[in-house]
Amino acid sequence: MQTSVTNQRSPAPGRAAATRMKQRRGRLAMLGERAIEALIHLCGYSAIIFVFGIFFFVFREGAPFLAKLKPGEFLFSIDWFPTSQTNAKYGVGALIVGTLSVTGLAMVIAVPFGLGAAVFVSEFCTGKTKETLKVVIELLAAIPSVVWGFIGLTVMAPIIIKTFHVPIGVNMFNGALLLALMSVPIMVSIGEDALKAVPDSFREAGIAMGATRWQLIWRVLLPAAKNGLLAAALLGVARAIGETMAVLMATGHSVRIPHSIFDPVRTLTATIAAELGETSKGSDHYQVLFLIGILLFSITFVVNLTADLIVKGIKQK
Amino acid sequence: MSDAPAISITTRDLNLWYAKFQALSNITVDIKHGLITSLIGPSGCGKTTLLRCFNRVNERYGYVTTKGEIKLLGKNIYDPDVSLVELRKSVGMVFQRPNPLPISIYENVVFGIRIHHERSQLTRSALDEAVEKALTEVGLWKDLKDRLDQRATGLQLEQQQKLCIARLLPLKPEIILMDEPCSALDVEGTRAIEELMFELKGRYTIVIVTHNMAQARRTSDECIFMLMGEFIEHARTAEMFVSPKNPKTAEYIEGRYG
Repeated sequence: MQTSVTNQRSPAPGRAAATRMKQRRGRLAMLGERAIEALIHLCGYSAIIFVFGIFFFVFREGAPFLAKLKPGEFLFSIDWFPTSQTNAKYGVGALIVGTLSVTGLAMVIAVPFGLGAAVFVSEFCTGKTKETLKVVIELLAAIPSVVWGFIGLTVMAPIIIKTFHVPIGVNMFNGALLLALMSVPIMVSIGEDALKAVPDSFREAGIAMGATRWQLIWRVLLPAAKNGLLAAALLGVARAIGETMAVLMATGHSVRIPHSIFDPVRTLTATIAAELGETSKGSDHYQVLFLIGILLFSITFVVNLTADLIVKGIKQK
Repeated sequence: MSDAPAISITTRDLNLWYAKFQALSNITVDIKHGLITSLIGPSGCGKTTLLRCFNRVNERYGYVTTKGEIKLLGKNIYDPDVSLVELRKSVGMVFQRPNPLPISIYENVVFGIRIHHERSQLTRSALDEAVEKALTEVGLWKDLKDRLDQRATGLQLEQQQKLCIARLLPLKPEIILMDEPCSALDVEGTRAIEELMFELKGRYTIVIVTHNMAQARRTSDECIFMLMGEFIEHARTAEMFVSPKNPKTAEYIEGRYG
């Protein structure tokens, strides 16, 4: 390292070159450089500005209702009658249960599939198969959520009715399946990165001791990549919680505590999407919907932050 | 009992290709039981490749073709009925960089036992005993007995490398392969590993790949010199370093190339 630095600063011929260089660079070029530098800085900071901007805006719209709000009733009551003329009630308990149950069920389906696929892509595939699979999986992530919702509504609902002999096809199970399919790609690509980061020397150690492929995965790779895989699962969760369009179309959209996975439910996100257009600006209903937005924002923020901290934890080691 | 020492590993006309590149040509050697044998030669001469043939760990890359015969303890390891799992159980390997698994010290030592036995066959006391025995044998027991549940990757490099040797012992291997086991260690660590090799000698056949001529001379009973994927000379260490038969060996040992 040191020698190369001294080489670059070798004095005599360098100085002459430097003066020549100065002359060639006009004032305009310098100005352009500055401008581009500023622009790049701006791009970098804009992410932070936008996040805070959005949070500020959502909070400003929802905040006035906080004064009238009874937190216990808001969070735990299952009475959601926002449009009642005489006795409007804003309890999001059932919506929270809806979001959590759909997300939970989705994760029960998606985590084994997603992480299994990550192991498959990373440890079993080589060359062309691997590249093809990765591209296809990423393509899965590119399908718009409204298309997923459409599939849920028209393709999956009849299948669910037929297969499970239930009266309604648009229900929690339908929504969860869609969410699972939507969060699998993110889990695969992050999970695969985590497995790729496991040093090959661990694999060699296991193989040289006579571990079978399965033993190698179970006893060496999964413990070694555990944090990264956990982060992958959490980012999948964050994706699923925030998803709106597909669950709005496929879960049946009825406010209630589900008793089986074939009951229709309604989620926080779907409620906002469906009702915000119908409210008048500044009304209680309008403000409550923004409060729900804050709630969602906080949940995904916590999940993302946890995932991020876990990933950082890996890098430090 | 005859006086001629038993042979642990024999190869006959062993050829190996990485895709189209021939890394080993017509290697025919006999490695004696219970001795320390060094594989020496300049970088890229195929000595690590040869070592990695003995437990067939080479084959994890799909593009390797092998021809010829390797007999370990009288059995051709390329026979179709050979179980890779059993082969690797009886042939332990120590790597260039210490590679303990990212689990506890205790679990590292019993890893081999766990993967080669049904869960129901294992008792806690048997595992405890195996850990104590293996760690005592490599001289780590005194230092580590109170922190067996710590992560093995946090140990000093020398301890890590000893642990990597210790974890082979519960499987009672016949042969231990070492791929430049000291190249990541300092002087003290190197000495410790070499002393350990002397302790293990006799009970295990040890094959070591080394770049370090002095180390080959200090540690091994016999040396095999290789060049460009070919076998050049196999002799007792003292003979090879004092009066090498092949001029190429002489030049390498003198440091004319390498």
